[in-house]
Amino acid sequence: MASIRFGDRLVTLRDDLSVLEALLDAGLEIPNDCRAGVCQSCLMQATAGPVPEDAQAGLRDTLRSQGYFLACRCHPRHDLEVRLPAARPMRVTAVVSGHEYLAQDILRLRLSTGAEFRYRPGQYLTLWRDERQGRCYSLASVPGRDPHLELHIRRIPGGVVSNWAHDQLRTGDRLQIQGPAGECFYVPGNPGRCLLLVGTGTGLAPLCGILRDALHHGHWGEIQLFHGAAGPSGLYLVQELRDMARRCANLHYSPCVLDLQGSPCDDVEVGAVGELALSTVPEPRDWKVYLCGAPRLVNNLRKQAFLAGTGMDDIYADAFVPSQGLKKTA
Amino acid sequence: MTTLLERLGGEAAVDQAVERFYRKVLRDERINQFFDDVDMDRQIAKQKGFLTMVFGGPNHYTGRDLREGHRHLVGRGLDDSHVDAVIELLGESLRELGVEDDAIMEVAAIAETVRDDVLNR
Repeated sequence: MASIRFGDRLVTLRDDLSVLEALLDAGLEIPNDCRAGVCQSCLMQATAGPVPEDAQAGLRDTLRSQGYFLACRCHPRHDLEVRLPAARPMRVTAVVSGHEYLAQDILRLRLSTGAEFRYRPGQYLTLWRDERQGRCYSLASVPGRDPHLELHIRRIPGGVVSNWAHDQLRTGDRLQIQGPAGECFYVPGNPGRCLLLVGTGTGLAPLCGILRDALHHGHWGEIQLFHGAAGPSGLYLVQELRDMARRCANLHYSPCVLDLQGSPCDDVEVGAVGELALSTVPEPRDWKVYLCGAPRLVNNLRKQAFLAGTGMDDIYADAFVPSQGLKKTA
Repeated sequence: MTTLLERLGGEAAVDQAVERFYRKVLRDERINQFFDDVDMDRQIAKQKGFLTMVFGGPNHYTGRDLREGHRHLVGRGLDDSHVDAVIELLGESLRELGVEDDAIMEVAAIAETVRDDVLNR
C-alpha cells in the first residue's frame, strides 16, 4: 500500500481511497469542494514520488511539470510526498554578484546563492529590501548554463525596491530572496512547435530566459521574439539578440518601438508590438504563445491569440501588475 | 449503453468544443460583456472539467456553485435571453465538430435543467 507524507504526517492509503479522502480521514485540513476533478480546489504538489497521470488531467503543462495534481483524482500506487500549493517557499540569502546597466534605467542584477535555488527560466522571485518591502522580478537566467540568477530591474519613479537596487545595492551585498513562482516558462517535450514570444519593457527578462531555455533544450521549431518599447531608449540587449538570431536559423528577433523619437534606427519596427507580432503570425493556431510585461498588452494579446485559434493551454502569460504591496513591477 | 460523453466524442472532443464555444462567446455582442473581467484561462479549464463530468453520467453536482457563480451577473442584468444565446452557441460549437443533432438536443436539455440555478430563481 502506498503511503503519503504530508508535512510530518505519514498516511497510509487504504481501500482505494483518493489522496484527498485519506488525508481528510487522517484529520488533516485540505481545501476541497467538488471531489470530481472539476473545481481544482484540492490542487496539491508532489515533492517526491511519481504522480499518476489521471490525477493531472485538465492541468496545464506548466503545473504538471512541477508535480501538481488534483488530490481527489489521485490514487497512487507508489509513495508520495505532498504539500499544499499555498506553502510559501523559504527566504534564502543571496549575494550580489553583478550590477550593471542594460539601458539607461534598466539594471541587470546578478545574484548567487549558497544552496541550489531551483527555478525555471521565466518564473519570478521576490527580492526583499528588508523584512517588509519586497518586489517580484522575473528570472532571465538558465539553471545549468548560467552560474548566477539574473534579474532586469527597471527604475520606477518612487519605487522603494527598484531605486534601492539601482542606487544602494553593490556587488558583494547580501540580501534575501524568496521563490520561485509563476507559470510562464518553457516545458520541454515539443521541440518542433512554433513559439511566439511577445513582451514590453522588462518583460524581455522572462522571455530571454524562456528563449535560451528552449534553445538549451534543442528546440528547433520557429521562434519569433518581439520586444516592444515606447522609444529606442527602452530597447536593450538588442545587439546580443541580433547576434543570437544570426547564430540560430530558427530564431527571429524583432525590436519594436511606438515612436522612433527622432533617433535614426535601422532594423527597428515602428508600431504597437502586439499588432506587429500578429501581423507576422496571423494564424497562431498551432503556436505556443508567451506574453510578458504591461498588463494591457498581455491581456489583450492573450484574448486575440485565443480568438485567432491558439489553445488556451498554449498561452503562457505574465502580466506585470504595478506594485501595491507584493505584486509584480514592470 | 453509451454515455452522452462518448457520443460527443469523449473528453478530448469536449475540450475542443469548449474552446470553440468560448471563441464564439467572446465575439458575441449579446453576451461578451459578461466576460470582460473573467480570467478565461481558469474559466475554460473549469468548464472543460464541468461539462466532462455532466456529460459523463450521474454525478453529485448540486447547482450551488452555479448559483454562487452567477449571482453577481444576475445583478448586472443576466436573463433568459443570455442563457438562450449560450445554449445556441454551445450547440453550434458541437455541430461544427460533427456531433449528431440528437446528442446536441440532449446537451441543450441538460443545460435547461440548470437554467434556474444560473439565473438564481
